[in-house]
Amino acid sequence: MRQTFDVAIVGAGIVGAACALECAQAELKVAIIESSIVGGGATAAAMGHIVAMDDSEAQFSLTRFSQQLWNTLRTELPREVEFELTGTIWVAADEDEMSAVRNKNRYFTSRGVPAEVLDAAALKQAEPNLRPGLVGALLVPEDSVIYPPTAARWLAERAQQCGASLVRGKAIRLRGGSVEIADGTAISSSLVVNATGAWAPELTPGLEIRKRKGHLVITDRYSGFLRHQLVELGYLKSAHSVTSDSCAFNVQPRATGQILIGSSRQYGAEHSAIDHKIVAGMLARACEYMPALGKMAAVRCWTGFRAATPDKLPLIGPSVTDQKIWLATGHEGLGITTSLGTAKLLVDQIVGRRSAIPIEPYLPARGSREHVYA
Amino acid sequence: MPSRSQPFDVLVVGGGPAGIAAAVSAASRGVTVGLLDDNLTVGGQIWRGEEKNATRPESRDWFEKLRSSNVQLIAQARVFQQPMPGMLLADTPAEVVELQYANLVLATGARERFLPFPGWTLPNVMGAGGLQALVKSGLPIAGKSVVVAGTGPLLLAVARYLRNQGAEIRLIAEQASRRNLIRFAANLLHQPGKLAQALELGRYLRAVRFAPNSWPMAAQGKDELESVTLSVDGSPETIACDYLACGFHLVPNTELASLLGCELKHGYVSVDETQATSIGSVFCAGEPTGIGGVELALIEGQIAGLAASKQRLPARLLRDRDKLKRFVVLLDETFQLRTELRSLGQPENIVCRCEDVPLAQVRRYTSWRAAKLHTRCGMGPCQGRICGPATEFLFKWRPDSVRPPIFPTGLEALATTPGQYQIVTGGEQ
Repeated sequence: MRQTFDVAIVGAGIVGAACALECAQAELKVAIIESSIVGGGATAAAMGHIVAMDDSEAQFSLTRFSQQLWNTLRTELPREVEFELTGTIWVAADEDEMSAVRNKNRYFTSRGVPAEVLDAAALKQAEPNLRPGLVGALLVPEDSVIYPPTAARWLAERAQQCGASLVRGKAIRLRGGSVEIADGTAISSSLVVNATGAWAPELTPGLEIRKRKGHLVITDRYSGFLRHQLVELGYLKSAHSVTSDSCAFNVQPRATGQILIGSSRQYGAEHSAIDHKIVAGMLARACEYMPALGKMAAVRCWTGFRAATPDKLPLIGPSVTDQKIWLATGHEGLGITTSLGTAKLLVDQIVGRRSAIPIEPYLPARGSREHVYA
Repeated sequence: MPSRSQPFDVLVVGGGPAGIAAAVSAASRGVTVGLLDDNLTVGGQIWRGEEKNATRPESRDWFEKLRSSNVQLIAQARVFQQPMPGMLLADTPAEVVELQYANLVLATGARERFLPFPGWTLPNVMGAGGLQALVKSGLPIAGKSVVVAGTGPLLLAVARYLRNQGAEIRLIAEQASRRNLIRFAANLLHQPGKLAQALELGRYLRAVRFAPNSWPMAAQGKDELESVTLSVDGSPETIACDYLACGFHLVPNTELASLLGCELKHGYVSVDETQATSIGSVFCAGEPTGIGGVELALIEGQIAGLAASKQRLPARLLRDRDKLKRFVVLLDETFQLRTELRSLGQPENIVCRCEDVPLAQVRRYTSWRAAKLHTRCGMGPCQGRICGPATEFLFKWRPDSVRPPIFPTGLEALATTPGQYQIVTGGEQ
């Protein structure tokens, strides 16, 4: 007899894996369907920065909520997830950016997020390899980094230990009540969740999700060179631009002593090939902020695709067209951070639990046009 | 601003026999030719050190031809990226150089395959070719005892060289079966050149113990190698030695070909009659098209060089090439790795030396990419050049796609865009 599930999740990236675990813990009978490697898509391409963001109230609520979930989970995470409480330093290059630092500080501290304004001297002390002449920064100590593919694998394995089934196969069609697999089989399930990131529109046509390509570069090991995740405040300008290609200084210390260097954003670049000009621009920006990086060896480059929505908020909940097909996608550059929060909000809706934060901003039926701001 | 540069008519990457032959043959009509190598001197692995001090007539000839040609040598340059078709970037000690070409010949050679076994990471356990290279660059070997083990003709050549330098070769352990080796020898009868080489080598090594059907099982030692335990024709035997020179035949260096988008088949670069790859302006010669040795490399190099410079291809060269190509199949069959070698490595033995990943960790995965992502196997500075071929044999995994930079490269070099690099040209307008 064909097995019937309560929930079938398509895509075992970090979002799908987290949703599977949350479903299994809520005693739902869950299948997770993956065509390739667990955590092998955008999850593997991601930096793994767990960060509280303040672009909008809704973005803040979800990132902060999720970050706290990660911080609660940290003692359970195995070593290979490489959880490190590095904190984030938002670097201000000029007085304009310094006033943004102060605003950000007010925003965070008034909402209970520890933060500390660093002047030029304190910044120099915190990160001696930054170039001289920077004005200051905001240190957010509760931000952290993880190695995303192993985190996704761990979440998926825990879900399986709680009774979830991992199904190997490529989903080719979602119907209310079943998922068709490329090998001709079908998985029957009361609810189907599309968690395929930037590929979600292939299975749910009409979704307003665009691929936003990113490049990353990782260096050889240089232990002690970098201590915090560093992001330029100009990053916000880069992340907000919806039209053009952009790069920003965004570097991360890995547990291995390697330095992960980002970040770039491109719309309309559908091919996964490395674009030398983008890499060059991104690294030039990094060297501008940390000149000593120039002498370091880059070991690898790669690309990945973020799932970008028009209002920069994820889609979590029943789709507009079919109440049996749910969505957990559209996380843009915040999927690693918000995977755990997404899973909570999704399962809250499935089982009718009260959510810790308002869910309305993330509902696919929110009418994205009203929320658009550029 | 540099003056407008002329691309090389023919640019050759790799200065071993295939690359030298390609460059010399292309240059013979007066076209601009560049020959690029990552070493200080040309010669590649097999002719290392031969440029100044040739010990073989064929290498002396080719170095002579190279010297009298107008080939522009670009030494200590390592290609890491193709920022756009027709252009390569290479890292040199001084700076990054930009090289433009109309036609390209890839002669990137091969490297040794290593397999994990207990103790294989001990100091003084080395690749066979690796130890030879170290001795050529000054490591004193006279009076040292060496066990040479693994598979392939390279073992004999290395043993001969080391013995010539005063080393005591305690054993050459060849994993191929006696039957395979006899068949190999019988086939050499059809290749007079190879037979003569083999007989000469045989005479030279007569005083050395050679054991077919034999392979290393474990290397022992406290801080460095002290002894090796081998399975010698079915019985275990422990031999004290200073060095273990160990390599399991060769794997082609196909990373640059892959980066450029050339088609590969069974791990080798696919080429047509003229050594052209699936990309018309890119040719390939020597080991990347099939492990066939120096003779074949020289002929393929000549064909590639002539074809890349639009010269006529003499029928004799094509015939010789096709004949020697049979040797590629013979080598593959003779020195095919036996399945017993798959179980030499113990769970705790390191398979990826860059990232210290033990076998037990990678065994859980079903693909190279999954193992890489989840264990970091192959993620270190060698970019999987060592553990990739090992796991390919151990688990039948297929290699991943190739991305730039194909060698670790300074960030400054990658932070530069075409037009800002030092341009090395075939001439200026």
